[in-house]
Amino acid sequence: MTEFTPIASLVGGMLIGLSAALLVLLEGRIAGISGIAGRLLPPWRDGLFAQRLAFVAGLVAAPFLVAAATGTPVTQTVSANLALMAAAGLLVGFGSVWGGGCTSGHGVCGLARLSPRSVVATLIFMSTGFLTVFVMRHVIGG
Amino acid sequence: MPILVNLALGLLFGVGLVVSGMSNPAKVLNFLDLFGSFDPSLAFVMGGAVIVAFIGFRLARMQAKPVLAPAFQLPTRRDIDARLIVGPALFGIGWGLGGFCPGPALTALGLGAAGTLVFVPAMLAGMWAARMLAERT
Repeated sequence: MTEFTPIASLVGGMLIGLSAALLVLLEGRIAGISGIAGRLLPPWRDGLFAQRLAFVAGLVAAPFLVAAATGTPVTQTVSANLALMAAAGLLVGFGSVWGGGCTSGHGVCGLARLSPRSVVATLIFMSTGFLTVFVMRHVIGG
Repeated sequence: MPILVNLALGLLFGVGLVVSGMSNPAKVLNFLDLFGSFDPSLAFVMGGAVIVAFIGFRLARMQAKPVLAPAFQLPTRRDIDARLIVGPALFGIGWGLGGFCPGPALTALGLGAAGTLVFVPAMLAGMWAARMLAERT
């Protein structure tokens, strides 16, 4: 079980939205993490490599900033089934770039732009996400 | 200047992921477990993020150009093709298996869990493969 955290989740969500809003207002770009991370690898076509690397560096540094500000280390529970995590990583990486976005690009920015493509993409990845957890926890596992 | 702005916005985005609980796979998997230990918190993350981003995109539409760049680079496509079905379907399966989507996986990198250290390189390899395959078709 994890605790229901509506306030922290709403505030955190608004910070995510603020980052996406500022990125489009200042830089004119979509805060899509799969697009940003996927273009860190070659070939590099536009001159935005340093910007993307800086954004990702900010993401990586974030839990340390939160830990320093709150005085409590950030805790999380990650599966130790490494074969499962490797398969999950491949599917997340391939699927998000193949579909032109992930939870941030389609789910946050796309819905906020009222993009019909992003509405379709979000409904599909939510559905297969629900289905996968159902199968893993209630059909295969227990 | 753009590099510092991107660093700050990545930090802000990541702090949002950590504060909201989205960076914890256990919370994501419980959100996706509708018929088990369902935790609806992530609906609040999505709601808060979409509302604030919606205002941002509305404001952006009133500007001729972004503050620090010569032009907006926003998607214009509206068609629904096979890639838009297959990609998100595969992404959702991986999300349901590991509890990580790309942003949270990157914020988890420095925390050093073995599962994360396997997930992130696999994710980058998958992203690269999709880009290469897209260029051939």
